[in-house]
Amino acid sequence: MILLPCPWCGPRAADEYAYLGELTPRPDPQRATRTEWRDYLYLRANLAGWTTERWYHRMGCRRYLTVQRHTVSNDVRSVAAAGSGGEP
Amino acid sequence: MSRGDGGTAVSPAVMSMRLPSQPGEVIDRHTRFTFRWNGRRYPAFDGDTIASALAACGERVFSRSFKYHRPRGLLTASFLDPGCIVQVGDEPNVRAAHRLAEPGLDVRSQDTWPSLAFDVKAANQLFTRFLPAGFYYKTFIRPHRLWPAYERVLERFAHGGSTSAHLPVPERLRAYDKRHANPDVVVAGGGPAGMAAAVAAARAGASVLLVEEEQALGGHLRWGGADELAAMRELQRRVEQTSGIEVLTDSVVLGRYDGNWLAVLQRGLPQVHERLVKARAKTLVVAAGLIERPYVFAGNDLPGVLLSTAVRRLVNLHAVKPGERAVILSANPEGDAAAADLERVGVTVAHVEDVRRGGDVVRVRGRGRVGEVQLRGGRRLECDLLVTATGWTAPVSLLTMAGAVPEYDPRAARFRPDVSRLPGDVLATGGILGDGSLDELLAHGEATGHEAARRARDKAAAVPVPALSVQPHPECFHGPTHGFVDFSEDVSSNDLLTAVEEGYDSVELVKRYTTATMGPTQGKLESVNVVAIVAEATGRTITQTGTTTWRPPYAPVTLGALAGPVREPVRRSPMQAWHERHGAIPLVAGAWIRPDAYGDPADEVRAVREGVGIIDVTPIGKLDLRGPDVPKLLNLLYVNRWSKLDVGRVRYGVMCGEDGVVIDDGVTGRLGAEHYLMSTTSSGAAAVWEWVESWLQTEHADWQVHVTPVTTAYASVNIAGPRSRQLLGRLVEDVDLSPDAFPYMHVRTGRVAGVDGCVVWRIGFTGELSYELHAPASYGLHVWESLLDRGQDLAVRPFGIEAQRILRLEKGHLIVGQDTDGLTRAFSAGLDGLVKLDKDDFLGRPELTWQAENKGHARLVGLRLADGSVVPDEGSQLVADGSRICGRVTSSRHSPTLGRAVCLAQVTASLAKPGTEVTVRLVDGRSVTAKVTEHLAQVDPEGERLRA
Ligand SMILES: [Zn+2]
Repeated sequence: MILLPCPWCGPRAADEYAYLGELTPRPDPQRATRTEWRDYLYLRANLAGWTTERWYHRMGCRRYLTVQRHTVSNDVRSVAAAGSGGEP
Repeated sequence: MSRGDGGTAVSPAVMSMRLPSQPGEVIDRHTRFTFRWNGRRYPAFDGDTIASALAACGERVFSRSFKYHRPRGLLTASFLDPGCIVQVGDEPNVRAAHRLAEPGLDVRSQDTWPSLAFDVKAANQLFTRFLPAGFYYKTFIRPHRLWPAYERVLERFAHGGSTSAHLPVPERLRAYDKRHANPDVVVAGGGPAGMAAAVAAARAGASVLLVEEEQALGGHLRWGGADELAAMRELQRRVEQTSGIEVLTDSVVLGRYDGNWLAVLQRGLPQVHERLVKARAKTLVVAAGLIERPYVFAGNDLPGVLLSTAVRRLVNLHAVKPGERAVILSANPEGDAAAADLERVGVTVAHVEDVRRGGDVVRVRGRGRVGEVQLRGGRRLECDLLVTATGWTAPVSLLTMAGAVPEYDPRAARFRPDVSRLPGDVLATGGILGDGSLDELLAHGEATGHEAARRARDKAAAVPVPALSVQPHPECFHGPTHGFVDFSEDVSSNDLLTAVEEGYDSVELVKRYTTATMGPTQGKLESVNVVAIVAEATGRTITQTGTTTWRPPYAPVTLGALAGPVREPVRRSPMQAWHERHGAIPLVAGAWIRPDAYGDPADEVRAVREGVGIIDVTPIGKLDLRGPDVPKLLNLLYVNRWSKLDVGRVRYGVMCGEDGVVIDDGVTGRLGAEHYLMSTTSSGAAAVWEWVESWLQTEHADWQVHVTPVTTAYASVNIAGPRSRQLLGRLVEDVDLSPDAFPYMHVRTGRVAGVDGCVVWRIGFTGELSYELHAPASYGLHVWESLLDRGQDLAVRPFGIEAQRILRLEKGHLIVGQDTDGLTRAFSAGLDGLVKLDKDDFLGRPELTWQAENKGHARLVGLRLADGSVVPDEGSQLVADGSRICGRVTSSRHSPTLGRAVCLAQVTASLAKPGTEVTVRLVDGRSVTAKVTEHLAQVDPEGERLRA
């Protein structure tokens, strides 16, 4: 099981977290076409490589995190609070 | 078995094959007891396994084989032994050569009908042409209408004993446990190299978990001679005396996962049946040793054909004589040692057939047991024991889970792990890696343990450990005749050839087609022989053929161990004990236990409509919101408008996901300038909190809002009915309840029943004049009892969830998740008037805009049935044109107020107009007609009672 370093709680097992998937930028809800909006809702790149993801430390500090993880090796390059930049 | 289960008719067995005291024996001859085997009583010594005790009494047959029901005896005399998997009491699939005998155990053979001695299904042996390779795929295909019959036939071929859903399961079997551990180093395997590694790692300052599959440390030294025993005792002493080592015996590392997360199964505990230890190791040392592999030839499954290690275990650990007259097929020193052991204890060794000098076994014959062996060149010898020592398999499973690849080494005649691909936090030592004298193994173990401790401290400081030498071993996998390759699946070498002839030329395909290596031994005994035979049949080398993939678990595990103990906490309101004392029927609703009803729910409904009732609604989700940006947050979360909510006002709101699907509803009130209280559905409380936080932490981290979940900080009571104002008026001190001062959809804070800090809002889920009261939780019971006490003359009575569901249904209020599902968008939930598409942004707005444009969506409507006495089941389908499904009943109850059924239903757009006649298909197949009602509410649609 992956060990994910929480910036507040330290290294914790993945089952303490909720995995919320690849980070996808939210289109402008005023202008988005149906295709753009549904891409945002449902389509993911599912890369074998470095991805930027959202995790939620549900059984810890309850913070939403932005995580850069390699989906093949499970190496974690960076973990930061969501909303603190570093997002696409 | 017809003679009874008590075994009284048969005299107890005697230990006719028990040897005099052996230097390494693990039995305690001073503690003797009996247990039962298929109804008959057998003696055993403390330390005996079930199988060793039975073998000591001369028993040779322990099971019938899986497909052909051939008699099977001991083969490996270890956990892996495929021939002695038994039923112990209510526990199936017990490994009899591993599980210790205990006084009074009721042990039975599995899957043998009508008895072990006379097995009807053994007739299968005569008809093997019906059970060819891949027979599961070939035989039971057509015609389809016979599939139920095939299923019954195949069921009889399934492995396994029986568990009973009806019999009480013994306490011990129900007790499973879990534990988390964070050792620096885990050593998997407690043989000489593993023990040396554990001691070295602990001496270097690491905390060590040493895991051994058998009941004692020692590995192959346990069944060795005087020198080995002395070395073992010295190592055991060192392990015991070194601080920082925790030893788990009768335990096994099931799997290695990302980040060296290890699942360790611990057995043989006094109070707990099995415990799953979840260990996060900084370094893992795999010291799993070697497993002896069987030899393939005709008759190789007859009771009396044993591996050399099985003989050495029986003689040296359990002082059991495995036979009277032995022939030994030996390709290595272990075979020679087995011959010496047998001679020492008085077994006649008729002949040692040496593979290293070109010897071989052609076949073994015998009636239900070994009687005669035929050697290469035709020589025949009478014997009752054939011992084979033809090579080893490295159980590389844990290493391959970490990335190592097994590579075939023809010089050693076995697959060995290529450790260069292992991550830095996994090391290997001992027989799994190579050979060597005991001193070499110990030196390697010590170096590995030291390195494991170093890497646990600092991964970057890794230093490679020198390799172990490898001894030459003849490549011998099968004799000149066909025999069993997989004993637990009854797959022969001939089946493998058939599979290859039919075109299954890859070892992975042969495995799946024949099921070889897929039985309870998981390939540990048979996989190398399978690969060797497939390689030969396809004209390739073993290296080219490769091996099948090893996957977790390393050893079989019970579902009980994985599930762990039953721990399902339930929440109780401060009034729940009162409810139970007053006859409430408990209802488990999500995380809560709640009163369903105190008596007849219809009476409770009438009390609310005619007088006053109170209900415990503590589980309603409550979030305390503070800060200047709360209005922005509410505008984003809810589909309706929130910018102008004055202090003292309450508003109903609905939340949708970004796909427009309704996810929750509730009311939010403004208590102060920057202070709000939000309520959510009971089941949605946790999810809505996370939903709110997700938007505040991600898209709108700049908004100033502080969220505190206060669901359990308050006890909540709804006071409903025309007399609710009168009742509450007797308890409030500083709140004016008059209709003008405290109108519908307003909120007040104040003192209720002497309790400060209560929040009261005037809302009406039930459709009656009602107040929802939130009091600090510790005063909940006091407030509840005060309401009942002060309202006696008003005939106040408590009501439960069922009455509340009827009341809200009469009023046409939807329940999210009941009248909506995971695809219901707001315009399909009767919320048309609420959704404000002209708001700048709210969650779900784009999808709801498109839903409104399309107009083709399903609608939520009320239904009135032509025959009011019929109450359709929830989930009943609505049909048109006889059979086309065009909707479903989402809520349905008999209304005590109206004296007929009231329903809500999801219907297709074309049927949504009031007055439309629809057909409801009842569960019993009858069809009844119903009309779509003008409003969702069928009681007081104008809402006059609410606003009274
Ligand atoms: Zn955290």
